Amino acid sequence: MIDFGYSLTSSSRISLDNINQKKLKKITAVEPDFLKCMACGSCAASCSAGNFTKVNLRMVILLLNRGMEKEAIALIEGCMLCGKCTLVCPRGINTRNLIINILKIYKEV
Amino acid sequence: MNKQVLVIGGGPAGLEAAGQLENLGYKAYIVEKSDKLGGHLLKWDRLFPESISAAETLQKLLEPVGHITTFLDCTVVSVSKTGEHFSVQLSNDATLNVSAIIVSAGFSLFPAEKKEEYGYNIYNRVITSADLEDFFKTGSDSRIQNPKSVGFVHCVGSRDEKACNRQCSKVCCITAVKQACEIKEQYPDADIYCFYMDLRMYGRGYEDLYLEAQSKYGIRFIRGRVSEVAEDETGKLVIKAEDTLSSKPLKITLDLLVLMVGMIKNADNENLSSLLNTRLGDDGFFQSASPILRSTEGEIAGIFFAGASTGPKTLPESINEAKASALAIHGYLSKQK
Ligand code: SF4
Ligand code: SF4
Ligand code: SF4
Repeated sequence: MIDFGYSLTSSSRISLDNINQKKLKKITAVEPDFLKCMACGSCAASCSAGNFTKVNLRMVILLLNRGMEKEAIALIEGCMLCGKCTLVCPRGINTRNLIINILKIYKEV
Repeated sequence: MNKQVLVIGGGPAGLEAAGQLENLGYKAYIVEKSDKLGGHLLKWDRLFPESISAAETLQKLLEPVGHITTFLDCTVVSVSKTGEHFSVQLSNDATLNVSAIIVSAGFSLFPAEKKEEYGYNIYNRVITSADLEDFFKTGSDSRIQNPKSVGFVHCVGSRDEKACNRQCSKVCCITAVKQACEIKEQYPDADIYCFYMDLRMYGRGYEDLYLEAQSKYGIRFIRGRVSEVAEDETGKLVIKAEDTLSSKPLKITLDLLVLMVGMIKNADNENLSSLLNTRLGDDGFFQSASPILRSTEGEIAGIFFAGASTGPKTLPESINEAKASALAIHGYLSKQK
């Protein structure tokens, strides 16, 4: 098959085959807490921006792990870096630092 | 003379162990820091998953203990080991000479007020699972006034680095399901919600009770950890969580909120552990010689464990471990001259 540098997806199915492992390794290296999320949703529930925007850190972490980077970035852009999620995370994740690094790594072209 | 064994802690594990040791021909002593035997079992009404009476269960555990020397309101002050013998000084000035010691000191309940965002002791309609069990037992609690909507918050003080307790407390998922069914039985018009991260229904009959909670009692399960609780002007509780399955922030107004408080280490584990020259794990519970093959034995010869002193356990697990521990002591003492 010729690789045109992009692909058409025939369904909305998640493909774990096409994940950008390099970026995942990079984010894990700068913020190992990335691996600790247990998807409890406390961050999203308490998020200062969450009631008015789509900001949802839990989903961002999930989507990145599913290779859906564009969708993930769309859910973090309204973040005000207030750090409220850091206060509630039961896994003690440094969420603020994680968000800053996600934006750095995944927004660079 | 019969060999003597000291049992530290007169909860279910300690009672069972003491009874078994007497059966095996040893003389057991029970040291209990509170003024009653029975431990946390004293506070239960009915036991999951089959609603067996806690009082009758305790009665049966106490039967063989009638003639065992028991020291209430009493703690261990010092321990010294010479050869194979322990000389143990108690807070009531008695000194015991024993050949083995069982640590069945149990656990403590997480103090719910530590998680301020849930409002225990701040808002009147926030209670703990222990308070609710007490209500089932005594039939009275001024905070429970014919509630029309009730929420259960799983993992309060468990699985929580902020609360300094990483462990899963094992029993609170099934306790929440049990109590949700019971409250629905008492208040058939009430809407009941359980807020959970994972539902741990590992025991025999647990999944059946979960199914019954859904199909017979109509309990709703919401996958999201409650992030905060507030009180509105009418005294009702406003709960916030993320409904993680629909990825939306969620709000609900409730009449009663039950916090499923977890099992944590006893504050005096550290002291007891240093007296006995044993080790504690990172979680503050006692460390056994090997978690698989020798879970009831300490690293020091003559020290044994039973029940939740080595981490959260269900009641039948604690009782079985007490039997195992008594047998391990029998094996150990039989080898001595
Ligand atoms: S730091 Fe961002 S994601 Fe976290 S609570 Fe604040 S706005 Fe929400
Ligand atoms: S609060 Fe922490 S563990 Fe929970 S979903 Fe957010 S990042 Fe993950
Ligand atoms: S048993 Fe359930 S409620 Fe209790 S700590 Fe474990 S997951 Fe949480």
